[in-house]
Amino acid sequence: MTKIISDYKYRSTHEWVKRLSLNSDIYIVGITDYAQNLIGDIVFIELPVVSTVFNIGEDCAVAESVKTASSIYAPLTGKIVEINMLLNNTPELVNTHPYDQGWIFKIESFKSYEVELLLDAVDYQNIIK
Amino acid sequence: MHQPTILFDQHKKCGATMINFHNWMMPLHYGSQIKEHKAVRNDAGIFDISHMLILDLYGSKTRKFLRYLLANDVAKLVHPGTSLYTGMLNQDGGVIDDLIVYFIDESYFRLVVNAVNRSKDLAWISYHAMNFNVTLKIRNDLSFLSIQGPNAQKKMHSILSEKQLNAVVKLLPFSHVQIDELFISYTGYTGEQGYEIALPQEQTVDLWHQLIGAKILPVGLGARDTLRIEAGMNLYGNEMDESISPLEANMERTISWKYPRNFIGKNALRVKYEHNKKKLVGLLMKEKGMLRKNFGVSFLDKRGHKQIGIITSGSYSPTLGHSIALARVPSNIGKSALVYLNNHNLKYQRIIPVEVTHPVFVRNGLPVINNS
Repeated sequence: MTKIISDYKYRSTHEWVKRLSLNSDIYIVGITDYAQNLIGDIVFIELPVVSTVFNIGEDCAVAESVKTASSIYAPLTGKIVEINMLLNNTPELVNTHPYDQGWIFKIESFKSYEVELLLDAVDYQNIIK
Repeated sequence: MHQPTILFDQHKKCGATMINFHNWMMPLHYGSQIKEHKAVRNDAGIFDISHMLILDLYGSKTRKFLRYLLANDVAKLVHPGTSLYTGMLNQDGGVIDDLIVYFIDESYFRLVVNAVNRSKDLAWISYHAMNFNVTLKIRNDLSFLSIQGPNAQKKMHSILSEKQLNAVVKLLPFSHVQIDELFISYTGYTGEQGYEIALPQEQTVDLWHQLIGAKILPVGLGARDTLRIEAGMNLYGNEMDESISPLEANMERTISWKYPRNFIGKNALRVKYEHNKKKLVGLLMKEKGMLRKNFGVSFLDKRGHKQIGIITSGSYSPTLGHSIALARVPSNIGKSALVYLNNHNLKYQRIIPVEVTHPVFVRNGLPVINNS
């Protein structure tokens, strides 16, 4: 059974987005349980470089699994402010804990309204049905 | 519509992610491909390989026919209960398929061929069989299981009757026995010890349950691929196809040249032998990243000229903890090369150094290359 967190936001390309704290412009980004299951055992994650700026929808990271290489897209326009260094040595955290320890990067949003473009949990659930 | 095997429901019950594999519904993995891979290297795993085609050949001239059809020489099969790995070539010396031929008795041989080549092989074999009055029987009534790993045979023994056990413990690599309804061969596709078992469809679910009950882990096609790459075993469509000769695919030892036997493709192959400039090697990449099929390989030869090859299979090696690949390259390659990670997901091309090895990485659970 695919797990979805009800108060996260989602992109149709299977990233999840969580606001770091109330009123913060910084968002934590990872990939969903559905996505990690589809990709299979992840053995290497190519992380973005901190302080790089990405437009919404641009691919900014790559998850290499035994099976395939999958792009991870910026769910918001903004600047990478932190990456999950744990993934350098334990990329499998994305498989085992996709919604918490397996987060991938934090991005500082430049356009606050873009958050409204993201899907809520119910919409995302409908996409992956 | 893709065809399920008799074990479809069992795969689902074990949590399999099912995929279409050459028109069969097959398990890709049951949760973690790496866990399944390691189970086969360290303990025991079971594969449903019922998608493979089992083809029985009957007739007094079957041996004569197979000596003409196959590049390896069935004359090597002296005793019933032995078997042989071989290529089946076209007139140009390209590989139509690779297969195992089992000698059951003088008028009864069995072939096991790849699912992907099912109809092509049937057409080719039946066309040539006519001249030898050999009758083909497609064994759709049989399922096919493979159990592999250092503890696989022991665990299999624990569920056999005494009579079955006595027949099976005598098996040597590449030998087989028919005991009751079980056709058991000491063969596999992982580089580990194990058995492959053909049996009637209606008995398969029972045997599956018994083997799972003996603590043998179900393993999907994903791990089947990483296991065979580590073991340096060819996959049809990757390491060879009809445009590739066995000389370029690390299959020299499966060609039996001995005069005066003629086999299909022999004349073309003889010419290719003198002109062949390619070979299959292994690649080991210690930097992070993944070698994948169709990535380019390059190196400078002794004259400083750039030489180009191609990765035929690439993946992550759970045993070595690095990415490995099989590659078809010019024969004068040295100990190192460069690989172009021209992944469409990357905005820039990475060019990464790799070590060139023999095309075998792991045997019986242990690395056979220097992995320090």
